[in-house]
Amino acid sequence: MKEDRRQFTVQLAVIGTGMAGFAAAVFALNRNIVTALTGNTGALAYTTGYLDLLGWPDGAASSIKDPWQALDELRKASAHHPLVRISADDIRRAFAEFAAFLGEHGIAYTVPGERNVTALTPAGTVKPTFCVPATMAAGPKALAAKRPCAIVDFEGLMGFSAREFVANIGDRWPGLAARRISFPDAGRGEIYPEVMARSLELAVTREKLAAALKAAAGDAEVIGLPAILGMHRPDHVLAEMQRLTGLDLFEIPTMPPSVPGVRLRELFEQALPGRGVTLIPQRKVAALRFDEAGATLDLSDNFGPIRILAQAVILATGRFLSGGLEARPAAIREPLLDLPVTQPAGRGDWYRERYTDARGHPIHRAGIETDAAFRPLGRDGRAYDDRLHAAGVILAHQDWIRSRSGAGIAIASAYRAVQEVERTLSRGRG
Amino acid sequence: MTSAQDAAFPETEVLIIGGGVTGTGIMRDLALRGIRSILIDRHDLCAGASGGNHGLLHSGARYVSTDPHSARECMEENELLKRLAPQCIEDTGGLFVAVAGDAPDFAGQFAGLCERAGIPCEEIAVGQARRLEPALSDKLFKAYRVPDAAIDPFRLALENVNHSRALAGSVYHPHVEILGFDMAGGEIRAAHCRDNRSGRLLAIHARQFVNAGGAWAMNIARLAGCDDVRLLYSKGTLLVSNDRIARHVVNRLRPPDDGDILVPGGTVSLLGTTSTRVDDLDNIGPTAAEVDRNIREGAAMIPALAGARYIRAFSRVRPLLQGGGTAEDRAVSRGFALSDHLSQGLANFCTITGGKLTTFRRMAESASDLVARRLGNHRPGTTASVPLPDDETSRWTEPGAAPRRWVRAGDAGDTILCECEMVSRSAVNQIVEHAPEIGEEMSIEAIAMRSRAGKGTCQGSFCGIRICSHLYDTGHYRDATGLAHLRDFLDERFKGQRSILWGQQAAQMELAEALHCGLLGLDSLEQDG
Ligand SMILES: Cc1cc2nc3c(=O)[nH]c(=O)nc-3n(C[C@H](O)[C@H](O)[C@H](O)COP(=O)(O)OP(=O)(O)OC[C@H]3O[C@@H](n4cnc5c(N)ncnc54)[C@H](O)[C@@H]3O)c2cc1C
Ligand SMILES: Cc1cc2nc3c(=O)[nH]c(=O)nc-3n(C[C@H](O)[C@H](O)[C@H](O)COP(=O)(O)OP(=O)(O)OC[C@H]3O[C@@H](n4cnc5c(N)ncnc54)[C@H](O)[C@@H]3O)c2cc1C
Repeated sequence: MKEDRRQFTVQLAVIGTGMAGFAAAVFALNRNIVTALTGNTGALAYTTGYLDLLGWPDGAASSIKDPWQALDELRKASAHHPLVRISADDIRRAFAEFAAFLGEHGIAYTVPGERNVTALTPAGTVKPTFCVPATMAAGPKALAAKRPCAIVDFEGLMGFSAREFVANIGDRWPGLAARRISFPDAGRGEIYPEVMARSLELAVTREKLAAALKAAAGDAEVIGLPAILGMHRPDHVLAEMQRLTGLDLFEIPTMPPSVPGVRLRELFEQALPGRGVTLIPQRKVAALRFDEAGATLDLSDNFGPIRILAQAVILATGRFLSGGLEARPAAIREPLLDLPVTQPAGRGDWYRERYTDARGHPIHRAGIETDAAFRPLGRDGRAYDDRLHAAGVILAHQDWIRSRSGAGIAIASAYRAVQEVERTLSRGRG
Repeated sequence: MTSAQDAAFPETEVLIIGGGVTGTGIMRDLALRGIRSILIDRHDLCAGASGGNHGLLHSGARYVSTDPHSARECMEENELLKRLAPQCIEDTGGLFVAVAGDAPDFAGQFAGLCERAGIPCEEIAVGQARRLEPALSDKLFKAYRVPDAAIDPFRLALENVNHSRALAGSVYHPHVEILGFDMAGGEIRAAHCRDNRSGRLLAIHARQFVNAGGAWAMNIARLAGCDDVRLLYSKGTLLVSNDRIARHVVNRLRPPDDGDILVPGGTVSLLGTTSTRVDDLDNIGPTAAEVDRNIREGAAMIPALAGARYIRAFSRVRPLLQGGGTAEDRAVSRGFALSDHLSQGLANFCTITGGKLTTFRRMAESASDLVARRLGNHRPGTTASVPLPDDETSRWTEPGAAPRRWVRAGDAGDTILCECEMVSRSAVNQIVEHAPEIGEEMSIEAIAMRSRAGKGTCQGSFCGIRICSHLYDTGHYRDATGLAHLRDFLDERFKGQRSILWGQQAAQMELAEALHCGLLGLDSLEQDG
């Protein structure tokens, strides 16, 4: 049934629809590279919306305020960390270009600058990050200024407790109040952030919620609430809610699946195809091979087999959660091309004894090796193929969880990989 | 150290040290004789072997070749407990199966050995065995049925404590550790303890002192200057699968060895065990090699065990009575020993150790007989005839109980906190309410011990966060303590996950860590954010 197979011929195939894959597609689009993108739901839907760059240095006792200085120090300490292999200028350009794209498509971000932001978490702890969605920006500012503020949570919404938030941050935010209200028209039982966010796209829900917030505000000038302010136009929903309440509002991320993550995914899924990128969502590439003509990717969906022919490929398949790496009982493997994986000697060495050990677990530093052009290395220690590049947290020698650098590694390495792809393609043409 | 009487600990008749099945069993046995006691544990109920065993109510068949005396005891207790505490038991029945490679001689003698020990044992056709348990290997060549069953030690311990409170006003204090004894005139006068949560030192005065410290019994006896308790330590490692793989208890029909018993535990199965001599009781954790060995051995009997998803592995230490000789650990007696310490010059102290979960009642009875006699109480023990009350508030440890009650109550407003095991807000509230011993110090860990919360696929990663939030919502936590408890709970659960983190479990752990550490910052709580 050969005629059933759909075939796409592109310049670049990006494998993976996480932060790195989407970022690569954005950078490729901005460089007029004809791109196809495919992948399953990745970690994106779990993210807070915060874009981290570098938040905690290895084993240190306090968080990073100036990520650029921390990067300089990291450069001295490690030659292998992916962020060390990218110039500061490229990292700045990558963040600026990526954040601008998000802003143009409805999710404005704070401008990536010189210093980290002290962002809020649903438990009332703080987290160093680099760039935050505009809907969350007022929170860290209100904390810094200790403005009179009320944190509001909702009957039936799990994973976000205003009292917990206040109990934990209370020390540094005197007078912070916790309030619980009912979400407009919600029944008894559990309610979900996604449902609340979609319902706030409607003016009538906004009006009812605004009335409830005003009543709950008391003396507060600012209100913090879980991230539920709309799905597709959060900036607009925030502006409307502020107008209706006459108060400053900010969002705090919730436990996954969180609205900010879903927003990002839906933004990419709409914006990229709209601008000519071929997106094959919810699919995994089953096989990838290279020959003289280029790369061939095979996958299939409900309608049958699909083949993508590309001149270059970016592998952005993530780690264990997304399937980019597989932890087999005997060893860690890269399943698509069986690339060699740098890893601890044996399973007994994957994890430390204590789960929350600040030094992190050795398994997280496992990953694939690349050369300076972000091309994965094969078994012989040389580039697996000149046309294959890699980006994101599949790369070895980083622990994005402990160092609070997930988005940073994804965005910056995607930027570098696309730079190299552009070079490869122009060489091919020339 | 305080010598003053502590208001929280008025003088009691008996102080029992160790909140396992034995200690709680003694508490109840004494209460039935009208004797009031205080029970302490340095952690919480079932912190030792009682909370980390196979959950097998032995028929005794396992021991017919190595220890026929214990085998007979097991069978007698098995029948008693099925009658008197049915709420704690799932009467699954047991199979013994031999597969190609196992010694045919042993298989041949088995029925005769069982008969001699008084254990009903019926040979069944291989085909019938595989119909009963489709997961069994096709290399089976012999199969027997025996009256093995599955037992819930958590519920046993909780109900023992609750019944004792109701009968005699006996009190259980968790997190109280014994540090030493005051001795004079051939008697212990007081026990010096520390409350491990507050760090407070206190003295408990009693007329009789009972050491039910399980594997720690030798250390505790030495605190009283007694060196007549001599134990060897054998570490055993078990695995918990995500699904229930067999309906029956399935034993390998061969002399006891690694990975040859699979016991159902509600919605999961437990595979084990290994047996390794250790010198140290602390820092006992499963190793990758032990895990792999259990799986390899178990898969010979049930091939699906090779590719099963495991959610947990844990290790505990069996105290083996040192009787001299050079017998192999598994061949050492599984019997128990009661020491009256008279030879050590003490007339009001005894130690009971060894034995099995299956025989805990009998162990408790023999210790209680001695204690009662020493107190001049001549009422006979009645635990062999008085049923253990089925206690409404202890039901949360039973798999499937929480979802059943939630569905029956039909209250959508009673939101679910633990989604794997369907533990709702009202269930947690009831647990908090009915554990007076925990008081202000109720923690996520204490709730998990008293319910199924944290025991499902997510191993507490997600419900831990939700229960923590709920305890903030109800005003139980008012400061950063809740997050510290959450971290400690997750650190504790992780010990049981560390050695089985591959495949889906590794992926799930990565997500959990991204949340707990990457987002909430539980890896840097005391540091400057
Ligand atoms: C709970 C959570 C919270 C987070 N919070 C933050 C935060 O606050 N700030 C921050 O900066 N970062 C955060 N992150 C990290 C961040 O979202 C990304 O995980 C990280 O940046 C890595 O992105 P990635 O694209 O390399 O990998 P992933 O996001 O894991 O994406 C990999 C993609 O590859 C796909 N894939 C795998 N195999 C195949 C195949 N064979 N064919 C096709 N596709 C395949 C997957 O389906 C997936 O789409 C968080 C992550 C999690 C899990
Ligand atoms: C791996 C394994 C599997 C097993 N499987 C089975 C089985 O399937 N069926 C069966 O019948 N039996 C089984 N057993 C045996 C059974 O678990 C034990 O015999 C039984 O649980 C012992 O109970 P206990 O109360 O005597 O001791 P424990 O349960 O160990 O209790 C001792 C208590 O003392 C406390 N303690 C220690 N030191 C102090 C101190 N200084 N101050 C205060 N408190 C202290 C501890 O915290 C602990 O809670 C198994 C044992 C092991 C190790």
